[in-house]
Amino acid sequence: MRMYSAACAGIALLTLSACGGGGDPLETDDDDAATDGDSAELVVGSQQYYSNTIIAEIYAQVLEHEGHEVQREFEIGQREVYIPELESGAIDVFPEYTGNLAAYIDPDTDSGDPDSVHAALVDVLPEGLEALDYAAATDQDSYVVTAEFAEENNLTTVADLDDVDEDLSIAANSEFETRPYGIGGLADTYGVELTLVPVEDSGGPLTLRALLDGDVEVANIYSADPAIEDNDLVILEDTESLVLPQNVVPVVSENVDDQARDAINEVQSVLDQQALLDINAYSQSTQDSPADVAQWWLDDQGMLD
Amino acid sequence: MNHLVEAFDLLLDAESWSGPGGFGARMLEHLWYTALALIISSAIALPVGLAVGHTGRGRALAVISSGLVRALPTLGLITLAALFVGIGLTAPMIAFVVLAVPSILAGAYAGVESVSPATTDAAKAQGMSGWQVLIKVEIPLGLPLIIGGLRNATLQVVATATLAAYVGAGGLGRQLFLGLRTQDYPLMLAASLAVILLAIILDACFEFSQRLLRRLLGLV
Repeated sequence: MRMYSAACAGIALLTLSACGGGGDPLETDDDDAATDGDSAELVVGSQQYYSNTIIAEIYAQVLEHEGHEVQREFEIGQREVYIPELESGAIDVFPEYTGNLAAYIDPDTDSGDPDSVHAALVDVLPEGLEALDYAAATDQDSYVVTAEFAEENNLTTVADLDDVDEDLSIAANSEFETRPYGIGGLADTYGVELTLVPVEDSGGPLTLRALLDGDVEVANIYSADPAIEDNDLVILEDTESLVLPQNVVPVVSENVDDQARDAINEVQSVLDQQALLDINAYSQSTQDSPADVAQWWLDDQGMLD
Repeated sequence: MNHLVEAFDLLLDAESWSGPGGFGARMLEHLWYTALALIISSAIALPVGLAVGHTGRGRALAVISSGLVRALPTLGLITLAALFVGIGLTAPMIAFVVLAVPSILAGAYAGVESVSPATTDAAKAQGMSGWQVLIKVEIPLGLPLIIGGLRNATLQVVATATLAAYVGAGGLGRQLFLGLRTQDYPLMLAASLAVILLAIILDACFEFSQRLLRRLLGLV
């Protein structure tokens, strides 16, 4: 589903940029005149992940609303590719996730609450790059069970799994075997012994299917996946912060002035978990372009008035 | 190059071969998946292929349909099948059978067709029934090509059986995916080498049996 949405988003983007998204040179003259001479163009990038692209599009539209000229460089792919672009100043705004980015720059990043991980990220970011406020919304690995299973066994936190009197297995990507939040981490931190059933679609439809079929009792699904709500799944609370928090955080370059930063931070302040789930669910159900989804959400929030 | 050296070190280390998740167990699983896929697809494709070759009917259909099936991307098929039947071995097995059937089918009908009409006519003139012609003349004479089809299918399945691990089954794909996901490239390379080794061994077995057959049948 995620791949499919990403592909759709990509096609939509291509069409969008093909029909005038690149901007009409004759028209921009008027806009420039209106924005007190601030003509520096800001480049907004995004990962090759539909949800990330929508967030990038939200930033872009808010910046445009503030009178900035914005160029979109979306669907860039992996960090190996776009981090150097950010460092060189070729990209100015990029929606990121606190934990993964911090761990990418410094593999020894310790997990903790969202505040401490954000602080760690601010510390390790290379010179010239800055992380703005983090949003309440996260898109992170989470331990998910069905509502019935949670009810039967009285589960609310990950630690509660220890009290279940049966052999439990978890569907996740194979890296779950070795990751700190994986099999070993669960045993060390919570005393929970799980057997890994590797399903390699990163919490996608096959993982979901395994959970709903009862092939596994627990599944590793991303916390911003609309499938969690759609299928009445329960996210077990990770009280010990075993999973590195992945709050949405914009990384910006020095080209982004205070006014623009304030505008983005305003988005951050309203982007809570429910908002991100709504955005992803809307995108998956309508298959609209990221631009349309972003506009729908911003209109809904009254942020483009 | 370093990765390659590390991969060989890993393969030469006895410890990485032992245990339920070691290379030894995974390789046996991999072999078993391959064998199972071949047994199922032979049961489907051999009778059909022999019938097509013997009667000459449905040849166009067999050629076109096996050509179409060959164009199916295996990973896509596994994902699709797994969405219907759930995770485990069933979905990949369906995909492996689909992968193996065209080669076996083509080998079977080509084998039977390769027998010279003069030979089959002579057999019929001796008073052999259709079944006797098939079993006593066409199959033995077409055997090298029939086995060739099995050989192709085996090679394709043994190389593709790594995908079983995509949906929760075992095999050498487990190490391959683990290496891929955790950027443990020596592990990934070692798993690939193990698959290659398996493929070479199986292919050598077929080569040997084909030679033996030719000698026994006096076709050399």
